[in-house]
Amino acid sequence: MDFFTTHNIVKNYSNHLALNKVSISVPEGKIFGLLGPNGAGKTTLIRIINQITAPDSGEVFFNGEKLKAKHIEQIGYLPEERGLYKKMKVGEQSLYLAQLKGLTKNEALKRLKYWFEKFEIQSWWDKKVEELSKGMAQKVQFVITILHEPKLLIFDEPFSGFDPINADLLKKEILELKEKGSTIIFSTHNMSSVEELCDNIALINKSEKILEGTMSEIRSKYKSNIYNIQFSGKFNKLAASFTADYEIIDIKENHENTDVKIKILNENSTNNLIEYLLPHGKINSFNEIIPNMNDIFIKVVNKFNEISTSVEK
Amino acid sequence: MSKIGLITKREYITRVQKKSFIIITILGPILMAAMFIVPIWVATQKDNEIKSIAIIDNSGKFKTAIEETEYLKINFLDSLTTVEDAKAIAKEVEFYAVLFIPKDFDNEKFTLYSFKQPSVDVTSFLTKNLESEIEKQNLIAQNIDLEVLESAKKDIKIDVYKWTKDGETEKSSTEIIMAIGFIAAILIYMFIFMYGAQVMRGVMEEKNNRIVEVIISSVKPFQLMMGKIIGIALVAITQFVIWIVFTAALVMLIQPLIMPDELITQNTEVVQNISGNQNVLTNASESGISDVMSVLRNLNYGLLIFCFIFYFLGGYLLYSSLFAAIGGAVDNEADTQQFMLPLTIPLILAIVMAQAIIMNPDGQIAFWFSIIPFTSPVIMLIRVAYGIPEAVTYWELALSMILLILTFIGTTWVAAKIYRTGILMYGKKITYKELWKWLRYKN
Repeated sequence: MDFFTTHNIVKNYSNHLALNKVSISVPEGKIFGLLGPNGAGKTTLIRIINQITAPDSGEVFFNGEKLKAKHIEQIGYLPEERGLYKKMKVGEQSLYLAQLKGLTKNEALKRLKYWFEKFEIQSWWDKKVEELSKGMAQKVQFVITILHEPKLLIFDEPFSGFDPINADLLKKEILELKEKGSTIIFSTHNMSSVEELCDNIALINKSEKILEGTMSEIRSKYKSNIYNIQFSGKFNKLAASFTADYEIIDIKENHENTDVKIKILNENSTNNLIEYLLPHGKINSFNEIIPNMNDIFIKVVNKFNEISTSVEK
Repeated sequence: MSKIGLITKREYITRVQKKSFIIITILGPILMAAMFIVPIWVATQKDNEIKSIAIIDNSGKFKTAIEETEYLKINFLDSLTTVEDAKAIAKEVEFYAVLFIPKDFDNEKFTLYSFKQPSVDVTSFLTKNLESEIEKQNLIAQNIDLEVLESAKKDIKIDVYKWTKDGETEKSSTEIIMAIGFIAAILIYMFIFMYGAQVMRGVMEEKNNRIVEVIISSVKPFQLMMGKIIGIALVAITQFVIWIVFTAALVMLIQPLIMPDELITQNTEVVQNISGNQNVLTNASESGISDVMSVLRNLNYGLLIFCFIFYFLGGYLLYSSLFAAIGGAVDNEADTQQFMLPLTIPLILAIVMAQAIIMNPDGQIAFWFSIIPFTSPVIMLIRVAYGIPEAVTYWELALSMILLILTFIGTTWVAAKIYRTGILMYGKKITYKELWKWLRYKN
């Protein structure tokens, strides 16, 4: 069930088209990655979702309803450029921002206590934000973002600036939030986090959506059918009968072993290949090279840019 | 609590807790009271130095003319002493100055020599005494009885009374009214600048540290802008109220210690001698503090305070909304200058014209400046001090107030449009053309 959708969003800024009929569907309880090069339109889309700006045309639906002001209380937003009032104390500020999201003071206090204890940051309550380090401030801001238990969470580059330990902590929290039922949209350039966390993605480039789907769909679509085989023994070419169905992409000899990358053409199966290889020696490992998101991203964007420049010509 | 209410509360509390607020709140009244008390006190401080004056009287007529005081000693030297000799003697004996009285003082000049520049009170003291002696002698020569003459002199003072609408007669004083009008105008001017600037700084802080995006995901930009403007208005009012109470208390306490009635009139003379021309303050104090108090009691406080608050709020709302717009549009302090200058010209012009208007509160200039909403907050108070409806008719006041209200609603509307676009826009060069574009964006 799609929790959140946009239909044909168009947004124009005086001399620049930011979004051109962008439609995305975010399934409930899943982590949705919003990807794209800089300037593609991701932040504009996120601002429209947060009702910070309004689209020129197109619609946004939140849990089946048209997006309204009241939905603000069910959305949590961690912007890319993070900031808090420097001279205000952490506790006081968290309460203020929680109340702006619609929580009562008492409820906010209760929840802040829980989260501050969980992250072991109780001692920061009376400190001014300017006294905290960058990483500390980000933790506080994360707590503020999720405090009102929003059904939809939007994180814009959440990992930027986090050290590995805090990044790991953040990842765990995001997964836990998903367990609890939140739907999460997360915009990033950090492809490894996309691999680890996302269930679905959409790729935006130059104001258009050029790719959307679940991770497995996309990997299948872009898989190259290349397998990596590590092999004890010598091997340097395929028998002629196999060359129609299999192609050697790469061979590397490594002391006693051979690392070979073979592409399976057409619809041939891996079992045949294994059978063929067995007599040649001991197979140490055999695995598919699954395309990583980084490569897919680059591939898709480049292709799209090529097409659009050739169309312009 | 409504969103605007939450924001207003935060803006108010964070500012009244600041050290700077507390310091200004305490210092303000002290400075204001000092402004009145110190010049008078300084004037009363006579020199404690004992000065010896040597006099060479070639006319022989001034033997008894000059009285010695506690600090001024007189020594008559031989009338044949030359200037050169006098100089030598003065150096040796340490005379403060040497006065040469010419033989024929009707036609020749009196001269005073000294090593240091003689102070004004010495020269004026000598002049006064010499003049009165000459006058006395002339009168005696004309056979006029000095005692009769003395009794004929009379110091007069005009007591001003005002006929009020209710048929009462009130004691009044033009100088005091001028002072009050002028002070009110200056206070409003200062407050609009001070608090308007706070609004702008707050907006720029939120834009710079990026918290604006987080807040705008929870509230509308308009709510954030108004919450800030209203919160700071409350800070201003709090400060003003504390100031009034504090200043009044201070003045009540200190005044009897430093300025008892008789001292006032003495001081006035000294101040006059030094400054040469009358100023408002000395005239006011000339009436004696008790008179001042009675005039002050007769002022229509209710009206004055109502107008002060109305015009302060109106002027503040008008200007602070525009300051908020500027703060939201630019990225840094330096860029604010190009917009601040044109915006503040009307206010500065108003203060400059205030001096003229205070002398002529019924004139054309006064009328226009008190009607036009960009200057009326400062100027109208000057006219109101002179009385309603005597100096300002009811319709003038109503017109001025309505225009002010309409204008600040207008500026708030314009400001909101600029603010909502500007606070999320970074790195763009802001020109008037750009701002005009923003005004035309639809919601």
